Amino acid sequence: MTEPSTPRRIRTYHEVADPGAESIVEQVVDQGRRLRERLDRVKRVVAVASGKGGVGKSAITANLAAALAARGGAVGALDADLNGPSLARMLGASGRLTRGDGGVEPARGAGGVAVVSMDLLLPEDAPLRWRGPEEHGFVWQSVLETGALRELLSDVAWGELDVLLLDLPPGTDKLARLFDLIGTPDVLLLVTTPSEAARHVVAKSARFVAEAGAERVGLVTNMATWSCPHCGIEEPLFSADAGRRLARESGLEVWAEVPFDPRFAADTDEGLPLVLSDPERPAARALSALAGRLAGT
Amino acid sequence: MKFLCVDCDFVMGYVERRLPGDGTMAVVYACPGCGRETALLTNPMETRLVSGLGIEVGGRSVPPEPLELVRSSLEGADEEEAPMRPGQVRWSGDAKERLLSVPSFVRGMVKRIYGEYAAERGIAEITPAVMDRARTDLGLEGM
Repeated sequence: MTEPSTPRRIRTYHEVADPGAESIVEQVVDQGRRLRERLDRVKRVVAVASGKGGVGKSAITANLAAALAARGGAVGALDADLNGPSLARMLGASGRLTRGDGGVEPARGAGGVAVVSMDLLLPEDAPLRWRGPEEHGFVWQSVLETGALRELLSDVAWGELDVLLLDLPPGTDKLARLFDLIGTPDVLLLVTTPSEAARHVVAKSARFVAEAGAERVGLVTNMATWSCPHCGIEEPLFSADAGRRLARESGLEVWAEVPFDPRFAADTDEGLPLVLSDPERPAARALSALAGRLAGT
Repeated sequence: MKFLCVDCDFVMGYVERRLPGDGTMAVVYACPGCGRETALLTNPMETRLVSGLGIEVGGRSVPPEPLELVRSSLEGADEEEAPMRPGQVRWSGDAKERLLSVPSFVRGMVKRIYGEYAAERGIAEITPAVMDRARTDLGLEGM
């Protein structure tokens, strides 16, 4: 019979000092430092998000950016929707991004807004395709997309900004990713429509931001009402009043209700934000008022 | 990630990184006590995962370029469109052509390694001859 041998002790990860591993940690820390240094020059980061797609986040972001710039602020707008970029077009920014001394120079859109979008890095109509092995793309692509968002924030010469607007892609997970990257943004706008389907999805985002401890969060109900162009009577566009119900249930405040206006989509699609092209229309006035609230926060 | 020589109880040190050009990566570590070497081998997915973090195993010799990860990873993003900066390394036409033989998903990483090699040695233009020298010096077989 043999004596049971004592398992030999192997030091744990934290007990071992390794300059090689530390160099990787240093690189990650350095990435964070560069990101913080860039954002330190931004007075307010405003994220525009929604769990639901197709609610008008980008159009609202573009109009808010233009309205804030029209008030004299230095404004940047980052299209964080890497797979479905539209912000550059909506702000009338085109061309390709160029490299300057302080980093990549953003394009200039309506009202002088500094714009960065994947659209400005890719040829027209080219889909977003990451180089990588065809198999197991789901494993590495989310890592790459977070890295890309980090670079778009930290490697762009945004300069001194009063407001940097982030147009996030749909999905509550994208909010979580942003919070991991930059912490809680100064202001978070959750965009919804009055439909029950939108309320159901955006409620999940509202719950996430509440649990994450975000403090300045406002609801924006897009397509809240419809105004008759002939008689001016304003009526609900949807039978449901899900925006206000979401506010009641989540404890969030409705910061803006933007009426449906075909000009809103048409002008914004042309790179002319409605707040500049026809500032007296009800939708433009609602968005300008929201911009005023953001400028005052 | 750390490697410990269990016999010596010494942490193994980074020796070199090799990219055979098929998307895999080999990183060699050695024990400072007994000299035993071990290689970390990654498959293409693991290699991509690491490069997606925007870090260099073994440490960086030159600071990262702006949008380095995006430009090297995005299919169709034109890396050459950005204007040259003082001290930046240029690629000759022949060298660019040769770079095309490297699988696209590791091309950015390989290009960066050659770029760092040239920058460290004050080489203004990367040519096929420079690539050959780098391949010998850095152990970049197959590229």
